[in-house]
Amino acid sequence: MLANYPTLRHILGRAGWYFVTFLVAVTINFFLPRLGDANPIDTIIARASAGSSDAVAQKKIAESYLKEFRLIQLDDQGEIIRDAKGDPIKTGLAEQFVSYLVMSLKGDLGTSILQYPKKVSEIIKDALPWTLTLQLPTIIFGWLVGNLLGALAAYKRGVFDRVLYPLALLASAVPAFCVGILLVYVFGIRLEWFPAVGGYDDSMVPNLSWEFISSASYYYVLPFLSIFLIVLGGQAIGMRSMCIYELGTDYVKYAKLLGIRESKILFYMFRNAMLPQLTGLALALGAMVGGALITEMIFSYPGLGMAVLTAIQGNDYSVITGCTLLVTVTVLIANFSVDILVGLLDPRIRAAQGGGSK
Amino acid sequence: MFRGLLKNPAFILGASLFLITLLIALFAPLFMNVDTQTRVGLAYTPPSSEHWLGTDHMGIDMVSMLIAGLRSSLHVGFLAGTVATIVGTLIGVYGGYKGGLIDDVLTVATNLFLVIPSLIVLILLSSSMDQGRSLSLIALIIGCTTWTWSARAVRAQSASLRARDHVSLARINGYGTFGIVMLHILPYLLSYIFMVFILQTATGILSEASISMLGLGPYDSVSLGKILNEAIRNEALTDGAWWAFVPAMVLVTVIAFALYVINTAMEGVFNPRLRK
Repeated sequence: MLANYPTLRHILGRAGWYFVTFLVAVTINFFLPRLGDANPIDTIIARASAGSSDAVAQKKIAESYLKEFRLIQLDDQGEIIRDAKGDPIKTGLAEQFVSYLVMSLKGDLGTSILQYPKKVSEIIKDALPWTLTLQLPTIIFGWLVGNLLGALAAYKRGVFDRVLYPLALLASAVPAFCVGILLVYVFGIRLEWFPAVGGYDDSMVPNLSWEFISSASYYYVLPFLSIFLIVLGGQAIGMRSMCIYELGTDYVKYAKLLGIRESKILFYMFRNAMLPQLTGLALALGAMVGGALITEMIFSYPGLGMAVLTAIQGNDYSVITGCTLLVTVTVLIANFSVDILVGLLDPRIRAAQGGGSK
Repeated sequence: MFRGLLKNPAFILGASLFLITLLIALFAPLFMNVDTQTRVGLAYTPPSSEHWLGTDHMGIDMVSMLIAGLRSSLHVGFLAGTVATIVGTLIGVYGGYKGGLIDDVLTVATNLFLVIPSLIVLILLSSSMDQGRSLSLIALIIGCTTWTWSARAVRAQSASLRARDHVSLARINGYGTFGIVMLHILPYLLSYIFMVFILQTATGILSEASISMLGLGPYDSVSLGKILNEAIRNEALTDGAWWAFVPAMVLVTVIAFALYVINTAMEGVFNPRLRK
């Protein structure tokens, strides 16, 4: 049935694959933190009940926390199910996992331990827009510019290539956090050209006024540069070697012999080298986002990176797992979009569209 | 082939940079007293003739800290690189040679772990282990989360070898899968696997630095990432104590840069098409 719509088939196939990946990611996200011996719930119960010496009150506090984090069984009305002795029944790991899955799909990621009783989803809702506005344009822009420069370097060679190539190699080898620290130190603290930390002026409350946006863009410069440079370097190197390969292929040699204009050959070459670079972007996104998260932490940018860092320092497991799950899902969605784009651009998939069943 | 490498200026640059750091890590403790416990001065004392790179926030000699950090970083890099290369090569070679369903399953699994950010898995694993985060354990975890690149690269190479005549001959002669992979496929991939190992080592060193920057570093040793983490947490940046973080950053960058350069140079020599 779908044989006549290869693009649609491609998209559906990828969608299925990403759904499986999502399930694996959720499973990892649930089980990995529970592998270790650290038990955060016991810690907060101990902290909360430290104030009272009354055994009954202590038990009640413990039960309310266990209920909150779904560690004991509840009936349909949300009441605690008790055994014959009146003790609550503990939930098994498998049941916890099922309830975690259901709640995650509903968008409920649990309650923060550090900022109890704030919901994890609220913390994420505050942080996510910052991360998206910082990372999405930066990675796309860095990718585009990097590819253009890489193709130019491969085609022009000479001085341009000799200057650009080592610089790009250096930019891709410098770890994300080093670029960040260096920019903070030089431009933020020494020269004081740009604010060193934060996402906006402390005296303001985030809103959509012109003043706030201009303040936020001023704070945006350094983290933007830091991520941009790294993405650019890596992409330029990849595109350069891809284009050098294309330059040696028969079609380029033939086109040159025919005397076709240079700009036209360059365009063909660029188009052919672009596709693997796009697939490469899909595969490298995870690593890029990881690096960008660390950059956020260095700049104390109010995004997900900072939320994770605060949570790690305070052993706030529900926030850690909530953020990691969200980052993974975002990366998966971005990947899926790139995959669909590849499906639309790849002539091998597109050509089959007109060719009927094949 | 190796003569070609030694004539390549980029390879010589990368290899000598890396050798220098390796030699410092191995032999510096013989020539000087590496002491990361004793306070030798006030916090953030600037560099002097006695302490070449000043002191950190605790007043400990920075040169000692850096050498200890360099040793741990290289240790993590080699261990994580070895683990990742072995896991990736096994999965890649086996899938690429076998083909069919096994290959499909392994490829799907590889791509799956490629898409999930390895930093996220690292964070989840390390934060669940509150006490027992030793340097070697961190290296193992890094190795187990970064093998995907090598698996992909090795699989592609091994799949192209599958249809070669000598492999078919070995199959007709009754070799089992293990024999064919060990004797007839792996030897052809050795230079390739070595390149993968170099990249994985760089990844390992960078991953350890990243995870330590988050405060999830090893409890039992000083590492370059941990030096950076402590410096930032203790306001070395605002105090202008550049000696507390710049040397550590330079070291991490030099090692990663050297390894990348070695890798690209080898690629150029082994792949004649790129050489022009």
